[in-house]
Amino acid sequence: MINPTTAGLILAGILFILGLISMLIRRNIIFMLVSVEIMLNAAGLAFIVAASKWGQPEGQVMFMFILAMAAAEVSVGLALILQLYHQLKTLDSDEASRMRG
Amino acid sequence: MGTAFYIAAAVAILSTIMVITRYNIMHALLYFIVSLLSVAVVFYLYGAPFMAALEVIIYAGAIMVLIIFFVMMLSLGSQTAGDERSWMTPGVWIGPSILCIVLLGELVFLILQPAGPAGEVRVVEPKEVGLSLFGPYILAVELAGMLLMAGIVGAYHLGRQKKKIVHRFLETSES
Repeated sequence: MINPTTAGLILAGILFILGLISMLIRRNIIFMLVSVEIMLNAAGLAFIVAASKWGQPEGQVMFMFILAMAAAEVSVGLALILQLYHQLKTLDSDEASRMRG
Repeated sequence: MGTAFYIAAAVAILSTIMVITRYNIMHALLYFIVSLLSVAVVFYLYGAPFMAALEVIIYAGAIMVLIIFFVMMLSLGSQTAGDERSWMTPGVWIGPSILCIVLLGELVFLILQPAGPAGEVRVVEPKEVGLSLFGPYILAVELAGMLLMAGIVGAYHLGRQKKKIVHRFLETSES
């Protein structure tokens, strides 16, 4: 039986690595947004584990800020994807590699 | 703590692996909701019940529903009701449902347990979090409010359909 703090941080690390792998191997742009969400969630899990380790509320405060930032990021990201889809008629991120002013 | 944490962690890792290997976006989003719920159970185990509720309400309840609505809205033009029938085959929802039932049983078991969290995990009360949030971190709360405001304005500006604007004098001169 390993330490609960170590176990929680290992879980957060595994989830973050999975999100990073998904970000690297996927070309669909909605999947890339979802993998960013996975990584943010793993970072929040690390904050919560640290808060319970030290018994201080700062970790949970940081998790609430991560939550607010994720909400703002998703709304702006979805609006950007909508514009991209209207212009390119696809969700492939390679199509958007060239910017034409 | 031990066994419950390992079950929730296994469900989280399994559903996240299913998220990154699905080809259909709707299947991936269903598994991602299960992943968020299992992370909420892990929060509960680590002595943050209010954060677990926020994770379920905001992440699984608001953000994921926003993404699902968006995906449905994008595929509205080219696809028909036949696709909706193919989304709801048992092969789609049986996997997330089994994982959800595992999590629900674990949560009921944890709630029915009389004692508090065992081991060296310390419970941080929501009152303490609120006092800290609106005491020394009040500036960060206002910054988060400004960030959300910028998000609203940016999403409205980007999501607006661009209309081709023709000035009325030019229009009359052309016609």
